Amino acid sequence: MYCTEEPILKVNNMVKQFGTGCSNCFNLEEERLEKNYCPCCQTVYACQGLSLELYEGEILGIVGESGSGKSTFMRCLYFDQEVTKGSAYIRAYKKGQANIFEQNSQQKRYIRNQIMAMVYQNPYLGLRMNFSSIGNVAEKLIASGNREVSYMTSRASELLNKVKIPSYRIREAPQNFSGGMQQRVQIAKALSNNPPILLLDEVTTGLDLSVQANVLDLIKRIQRELKISMIIVSHDLAVIRMLADRTIVMLNGKIIEQGLTDQILEDPQHPYTQQLVHSLL
Amino acid sequence: MGYVAVKGGSSAIEESIKRLQYQRIKAKKKIDVEVIQGTLRGLIDKIMSESSLYARELAALAIKQAEGNPEEATFILRAYRSTLPRKYYSQVVDTEDMRIERRISAALKDIPGGQILGASYDYRHRLLDFELYEEKIEDLEKLLQEFEAEGWSNSEEEASGAKQKTSEHSYTKVPKVISFLRAEGLLPPVKIDDSEPDDITRKSIEFPTRRSARLQTLTRGEAGAVTALGYAAIRGYGMVHPTVGELRVGYLPIHIDYPLQEGNEEDAVYIGEIEVTEVESLIPQVIEKEKGRKEIEFTVGYGLCYGQNETKAIAMSILDSCLAKKDLLSPTAVHDEEFVLLHIDAVEASGFISHLKLPHYVTFQSELDSLRKTKKKEENHESI
Amino acid sequence: MKAYNFAFFDEGSKREIRRATVKAISIPGYQVPFASREMPIARGWGTGGLQLTLSLLGQDDIVKVIDQGCDESVNAVNIKKFINKMTGIRETEQTATATIIQSRHRIPEVELRADQILVLQVPIPEPLREVEPSEYITQRLHADQEYSAIWLMLFEQIMKHNKMTTGADHPVLVHQRYVMSPSPIPRYDNCKLHNSKALILLGAGREKKIYAIPPYTTVQSLAFNDYPFQTEDFSGRTCHLCGASAVYFDELIDEESGHKYYQCNDSSYCLQRLNQELL
Repeated sequence: MYCTEEPILKVNNMVKQFGTGCSNCFNLEEERLEKNYCPCCQTVYACQGLSLELYEGEILGIVGESGSGKSTFMRCLYFDQEVTKGSAYIRAYKKGQANIFEQNSQQKRYIRNQIMAMVYQNPYLGLRMNFSSIGNVAEKLIASGNREVSYMTSRASELLNKVKIPSYRIREAPQNFSGGMQQRVQIAKALSNNPPILLLDEVTTGLDLSVQANVLDLIKRIQRELKISMIIVSHDLAVIRMLADRTIVMLNGKIIEQGLTDQILEDPQHPYTQQLVHSLL
Repeated sequence: MGYVAVKGGSSAIEESIKRLQYQRIKAKKKIDVEVIQGTLRGLIDKIMSESSLYARELAALAIKQAEGNPEEATFILRAYRSTLPRKYYSQVVDTEDMRIERRISAALKDIPGGQILGASYDYRHRLLDFELYEEKIEDLEKLLQEFEAEGWSNSEEEASGAKQKTSEHSYTKVPKVISFLRAEGLLPPVKIDDSEPDDITRKSIEFPTRRSARLQTLTRGEAGAVTALGYAAIRGYGMVHPTVGELRVGYLPIHIDYPLQEGNEEDAVYIGEIEVTEVESLIPQVIEKEKGRKEIEFTVGYGLCYGQNETKAIAMSILDSCLAKKDLLSPTAVHDEEFVLLHIDAVEASGFISHLKLPHYVTFQSELDSLRKTKKKEENHESI
Repeated sequence: MKAYNFAFFDEGSKREIRRATVKAISIPGYQVPFASREMPIARGWGTGGLQLTLSLLGQDDIVKVIDQGCDESVNAVNIKKFINKMTGIRETEQTATATIIQSRHRIPEVELRADQILVLQVPIPEPLREVEPSEYITQRLHADQEYSAIWLMLFEQIMKHNKMTTGADHPVLVHQRYVMSPSPIPRYDNCKLHNSKALILLGAGREKKIYAIPPYTTVQSLAFNDYPFQTEDFSGRTCHLCGASAVYFDELIDEESGHKYYQCNDSSYCLQRLNQELL
């Protein structure tokens, strides 16, 4: 069913390297790296030419061990880091005709505010810890030009309500909250502008199991209600199994396997994926 | 009628200035500029360095006017500096040409050219010398004769500014300690950078800075501020562990291009010499080599100040290297160029602190208004 | 004072400052860096304004200097004294007579004309400084027109106190482009910036910035649609000397009775009203 549809996000051949590169590693296709590392010039290729598509209303899972490049991919996609090479197109931005990596910083801010949203593993990256929770949610609305306090407060209360922050605490600063609550405030903030694409980077890592389940439930509920397309990155296949329709498996900066999540769990092809699936069982 | 708290400004200022004058002269003592110039070498060096103006006589005059208050004296000289057009830039000075008064290395014991202890407070006990109460000019003359008999040069001439001609002095090249280390491969080779340096007095500093702008800002920094930050950097709030490769105090000849024929080295005009303190600190740094191999290399932190300002010059070399380090995982304030460079200037820091003495009636009234409104709102809120 | 050039600086320095000023006028609200000189008065005491004034003065100019609304305040007198010593030009206390008015934290009550220049002294020119300490970053935020942090600060004030709680120096948007610090003028004076007939120049000596509001420029005080900008409230108050209302007042306390009473903050305006020199 996906093939007939125009993807909402399309990434082509994205490379992110740390280091200058040299004649040994210049052509990635020659595969002269040790894992993702060039032994001659010590350049690390965190993402070695990633291509993927995200379709409307789906949850795409990216699974891999730490160092596989999945978080770097997310950071590049959200402009927290600059890509070395590659392109990405978003259907909702300039009709999918403009490479978002080549936009100027003002346009990138627009995309970050209006079209994409990110929930970070570390809530300190996504929130202003000493501002009120309601202000944190309003910040995205302000950034997109809203100047109506009453609208912003009601929108923020509604969202904070949706993520189960008790209404008597919405004027409190997230620094007073538990880790699970902080993640829920981040999610509320991410939803404020109704973005078509939501990026979730290891959002449950480091939370207690019961809290994890809460946050995962919330994500699933939001996806059902709002039909947002999501990319969710996790090292934990259990999280991916619970949420993702489709899954990509990454190793050493490359995609080694992809397909419907059920398919990958039932019949993993790559030895690394097999190992992952076995450890889950 | 006193309807503004500070009213009658003109006469108040006049009285205040009179009062200040009275304070300066009430002891009925007078100090001549040349006495200051001949006796307060340490203060003059500090003020020349901080005001970024090499002029011993004017520094002495400023000290007299400021009753010896260095903050005020630096301020006066800097303001005077603003009125001087910049007519020339000197030719590039090579500090190997320095006429050395003092030269030490904490890194190597035997250095070609030798360690020269020179004049230093370092090894004189800090005992208050009560005999100085009784010092007479005849005593000085007698002492001086003894020194001269031992072949000492006439220090008076030096103190009164560099009036001698170059030919009378030997600017013999004394090679730098770091050039030996470089020859041995302990210091990485450097690329010669011939780009025009920034001039922070003509164009305000912009971030990120170039090294020339950093060094200019550091060398005119207030000695206490530079020392405090340099100290913080080595005590625990920075990532540097320096060794003083070489500290030199001495005189440098200054030349400018012959005005009608720029760029011609041979036609340079000698305009005098300046006394400076120069420090080259060695700072070990771990360099990643291929296949995860790590090597230690030294980098050089550089300090140069007018006059004999050794602590400041060393601290400057530490801060120079702190600010050159980029991409630290957990940088502290001394690695933040805006934090360091924007807060060490004597005139800027003292000016903004002292402006708090100005009346803030209007702004305070506006704050009061805001405060009262919120109070009123809160009271209403509670009563509902 | 033969030792000094007319208006203190050498002519080259004056030209440099004027070049920065022209750039500032061309880009309303944008902070132009300039090589701020050390002045014989302290950094933070009006050196930015003073450098602007000195770079502009000619033999025929008439200068007025006010500090917090008052011509007679010690700092104003001190600056005037310095200008006089370095130029010998005429001074005035009457707003209408002056060609150049240098002011700290007030805009005169008498409306300025197109042939006058107002020079405001600025302690901290960066409106984003409170939310972002780094100059490197604030420059980029201005370039991107990214001002959410400052709006968020105002939003937070409303969340906490149900109103904006800025005192003086309430940020403004100039010509629909740059958010600018108007210098710590009271909110009451913000309105006078909008469509001002006179050229308004702002100088920050220590921070080495010059910026400008050219005549007839749109200047809006930042505010939310449903929480409008409010000036200081002086309703129902009148000056105990000249009887003026709807001006910015100083609040005074009667030593004997302990009662509060009010008086025009703009002392020359008050005096001229008392002498019936104003219509």
